[in-house]
Amino acid sequence: MMLETIWFVIWGILWAVYFMLDGFDFGVGMLMPFLAKTDEEKRTLYHSVGPFWDGNEVWLITAGGVTFAAFPLMYAVMFSSLYSALMLVLFALIIRAVSVEFRSQVASPAWRAVWDLGMFFGSLLPALLLGVAFGNIFRGIPIDGEGVYHGTILTLLNPYGLLTGVVFVMLFLVHGAIWQAIKTEGDLHQRSLSAAKKLWIVLLLVAVVFLGATKFATKLWDNYAENPVLLLIPLAAVVALLATRLLLAKEDCWKAWFASCVTIVSCTLFGVIGLYPNLFPSSLDPAYSLTAHNAASTPLTLKIMLVVALIFVPIVIAYQTWVYVLFKAKVTKEDLAQGAY
Amino acid sequence: MDVLLLSRLQFAATTMFHFLFVPLTLGLSVLIAIMETLYVRTGDEDYLRMTKFWGKLFLINFAVGVVTGITLEFQFGTNWSRYSGYVGDIFGSLLAIEATVAFFLESTFIAVWHFGWKKLSPKVHCLSIWLVAFAGSLSSLWILIANAWMQYPTGYTINEATGRAELTDFMAVVTQPFASIQILHTLASAYTLAAFFVMGISAYHLLRKQHTRLFGKSFRVALYFGLIFAIGTALMGDMSGLQVAAKQPSKLAALEAHWETETHAPFVLFFIPDEKHERNLYEFGTIPSGLSLIAFHSPAAEVVGLKDFPPDERPPVTVTFVAFRAMVGLGFLFILLMGIGWLLRNKLEDSPWYLRIMLLAIPLPYLAIEAGWVVTEVGRQPWIVYKVMKTSAAVSPIAVSQVLPSLLGFVLVYSLLGFVAYYLMFQFARKGPEPLKTGE
Ligand code: HDD
Ligand code: HEM
Ligand code: HEM
Repeated sequence: MMLETIWFVIWGILWAVYFMLDGFDFGVGMLMPFLAKTDEEKRTLYHSVGPFWDGNEVWLITAGGVTFAAFPLMYAVMFSSLYSALMLVLFALIIRAVSVEFRSQVASPAWRAVWDLGMFFGSLLPALLLGVAFGNIFRGIPIDGEGVYHGTILTLLNPYGLLTGVVFVMLFLVHGAIWQAIKTEGDLHQRSLSAAKKLWIVLLLVAVVFLGATKFATKLWDNYAENPVLLLIPLAAVVALLATRLLLAKEDCWKAWFASCVTIVSCTLFGVIGLYPNLFPSSLDPAYSLTAHNAASTPLTLKIMLVVALIFVPIVIAYQTWVYVLFKAKVTKEDLAQGAY
Repeated sequence: MDVLLLSRLQFAATTMFHFLFVPLTLGLSVLIAIMETLYVRTGDEDYLRMTKFWGKLFLINFAVGVVTGITLEFQFGTNWSRYSGYVGDIFGSLLAIEATVAFFLESTFIAVWHFGWKKLSPKVHCLSIWLVAFAGSLSSLWILIANAWMQYPTGYTINEATGRAELTDFMAVVTQPFASIQILHTLASAYTLAAFFVMGISAYHLLRKQHTRLFGKSFRVALYFGLIFAIGTALMGDMSGLQVAAKQPSKLAALEAHWETETHAPFVLFFIPDEKHERNLYEFGTIPSGLSLIAFHSPAAEVVGLKDFPPDERPPVTVTFVAFRAMVGLGFLFILLMGIGWLLRNKLEDSPWYLRIMLLAIPLPYLAIEAGWVVTEVGRQPWIVYKVMKTSAAVSPIAVSQVLPSLLGFVLVYSLLGFVAYYLMFQFARKGPEPLKTGE
C-alpha cells in the first residue's frame, strides 16, 4: 500500500517536472512566429532552447516508462484508450524535433519556413493535447471493466477537456515568453517581456475559470475537502502565479521564471493529488476505475524501481542542472556566428 | 485487414526504421570519441577536423534516431496493451530503467558536446562524447534485456489470481545468457556498420583525391575498428545460434527450413524452402552432420524439425530462412572486405578498385542488420513471449479506424523524414570537411 502511494506521488512529480521543463520549449515554439521578426531572431530563439529540449523530452519518456513499470495496467489502458490523441502527440513531437535539427541545414528561406511551421505546430499540439488528456483523466474516461474504451477522439474534446488544454497552452506560453526574455537581448528581449506580461493576464483569467469548472466537472476537490492541509498546493499555485507577475514587473526574469516553474509544478500536483487514489477513473462506473492499488506492479518490482529511482534521479538532476548553468548566458551574435542553428 | 495485422505492420515498420539510425549512432559515437581522443592526445588538427566532420553527420543521424525511439516507447501501450498489462511487471521496469540510466545521459551530453566547443576544456569536451557513446551502449543493454526476455522468459511466475506475469527474480532476468549474447552481437554489428559508413565516405573522397590526408586517416581508424568487430560479429553470431538452438527450437528449425527431426542433421548450402508441401527444393551442396555441428557444436546432436511443431506454432519459414542466409552471407563478406583492406592498408590510395567497392558497400551492413532483426523477431512468431503468450493475444482492443490512419501516418512521415535525413547526410558527406560552419 505504502509503496503504491509512493509511486503514485513519484508518477505525479515526473509529469510535473516534464511540464515544467518541456513547457518552456513548447512556449518558445508557439511564440516564435509572432515574436521573431527576422531570420536572425528566429535563430536566436532556436538557440535559446537548443541545448535543452532533448534532455527535457526524456522526462516524458521516463514518465511513460514509469507508468509502464509501476502501473502497467494504467499504461495499457491509458495509452490504448487515448490512442488517436497520443499518436497525434507523437507525430507532433517528431515534427518538432526534426524541425529544430533540420532547419539550419539549408539556407533557403522556403526550407526554413517549412520547419518553422513544424516547430509551431509541433509545440502547440502536444501542449494542447496533453492538457486535453489530463482534463479528461480528471473528469473520468468511458472505460469498461476490461479496460476497453467506449468513445472516439471527439469524446475527449468536451468543454472541460478543452479548457484544461487551454490552461496548459497558456501556462506554457507565459513560461516560454519568460525564458525568451532570459535568453535574449535588446528588442527581442523587450518584446518577449511585454508578451509575458500580456499573456499572464489571459492565463489568470483561464486559471480562475478552470478552478471553478473543476468544482463542477470533476471530483478533484473532494480530497482537499477531506484533508485541508493539502490546500497548500493550490495555494502555492496561486501565490506563484501572482509572484510571477510581480517579478516580471521588476524585470527580474530568472526569478519570474522560477515562479512560473513553481506554478506549473503545483498546478500539475493539484490535479494529481485530487485524483488519488485514482489513476484513470472510469466515467461509466467507479468500480471500473484504475487506481494506484489495482493497477500497480508487484511490491518486488516497485522496490527495485524505487532503488533505481533513488540512485539515478538525483544524478540526472545534478548533471542536468550543470548543463543549465553551463548554458545560462544570453544567446549572443557570436553564438550565432559559430552556431549550430 | 485486422487490428492485429495492422499493429504488427506498424510495429515492424517503426522498429525497423528506428534501427536504420540506431546502429550508426552506436558505432559512430565510439569512432568520433576515438578521433577526438587522438586530437586531445596528439594535438594534431586533422583529428579535430575529422571529429567535426563526422560529428556533423552523426548529429543528423542522431536526431532521427531519437524521434523514432519515442514512438516505440509508447507503442507497447497503444498497440499491445494486453501484452503490457500481462507482462508489465517485468518488462515495464526494464524500459523505465533504460530511460532513467541511459536516455538522460545520452541526450544531455550530446547537447554538451554539440554546444560546448567554446565553453569546455578539450578534455571535458572529449569526455562528453565518450559519455554519449557509453550511454548508447547502456541503452542497448537494457532494451535488449527486455527483448531477450521476450525470447527466453526467466525469473517470473504466472499469478493465477490476476492472470498476470509477476517478477520473482530480477537478477535472473538481467543476467540471462540470451541477453548478454544478443547485446554483444548487436553492438558488434553496429560497430561494423559504422566502420563501413566511415570507410565508404572516405573512399569517395580518396577516389577523387580530395582531403586525402584526412580521409586516409579516417579510413584507417575505421578499418582497424571494423576488422575487429566484423570478426566479433561473426563469433557472437555463432554464439547466438547456440542459444537459439538450445532455447528456441522452433526458430532454429525455421532458420534452416529443417522439416524432419534427426540426429546428424546435414547442412545444405543452397535450396528453396517450399512451405506449402513442408519440404525443400533444389538442394545443392550437402555437408553431412553440418547443421548438428553448427547449431550444437556436436555432430550427433538431434535437431528438431518443423513437422514436430503444430502448424500454429511454426514461425514463417521462408522469410526467416532468407533473412538468416542473407545476414550470415554478408557477415562473411564483411570479414573478407576488411581483411583485404588490412592487406592494402599501406597502399589504399593506389587501389581504386577496392575504394570503389567500399563506397558501394555502405548499404550492405544496413541490410544485414535489418535481416538480423527479422530473424530474431519473425523467427519468434507466433509468440510475443516465447511459449508464454501469443502475439494474437497481445493486441489492444482498438479499432481498425484508429490503427490504419496511424500506420499510414508513420509511413508518410517516416518516408519524408528518412528522405530528408539521408539527403542532408549525402550532401554533407559529399561536400567534405572544409566548410564546417553550419549556421547562416
Ligand atoms: C541496440 C540498440 C537499440 C534497440 C534495439 C532499440 N533502441 Fe531505441 N535507441 C537506441 C538504441 C536502441 C540508442 C542508440 O540509444 C538511441 C538512438 C539515438 C538515440 O538518441 O538513442 C535510441 C533512442 C531511443 C529513444 C529516444 C531517446 C532520447 O530521446 O534520447 C527511445 C524512447 C527509444 N530509443 C526506445 C526504444 C524502444 C522502445 C525500442 C524497442 C522496441 C528500441 N528503442 C530499440
Ligand atoms: C530495433 C530493433 C528491432 C527491430 C528491427 C525489430 C523488428 C521487428 C519486426 C520485423 C517485428 C514484426 C514481426 C512479425 O510480426 O512478424 C517485430 C515485432 C515486435 N518486436 Fe521487435 N524489433 C526490434 C527490437 C525490439 C525490441 C528491443 C523489443 C522489445 C524490447 C521488440 C519487441 C517487439 C514486439 C512487442 C513486437 C510486436 C509483436 C510481434 O509482432 O511479435 N522489438 N519487431
Ligand atoms: C557472420 C555470421 C553471423 C551469424 C552466424 C549470425 C547469427 C545470428 C543469429 C543466430 C541471430 C538470431 C539470434 C536470436 O534469434 O536471438 C542473429 C541476430 C542478429 N544479427 Fe546476426 N549473425 C551473423 C552476422 C551478422 C552481421 C554481419 C550483422 C550486421 C552487421 C548481424 C546483425 C544481427 C542483428 C542486428 C540481429 C538481431 C539482434 C540479436 O538477436 O542479436 N549479424 N544473428
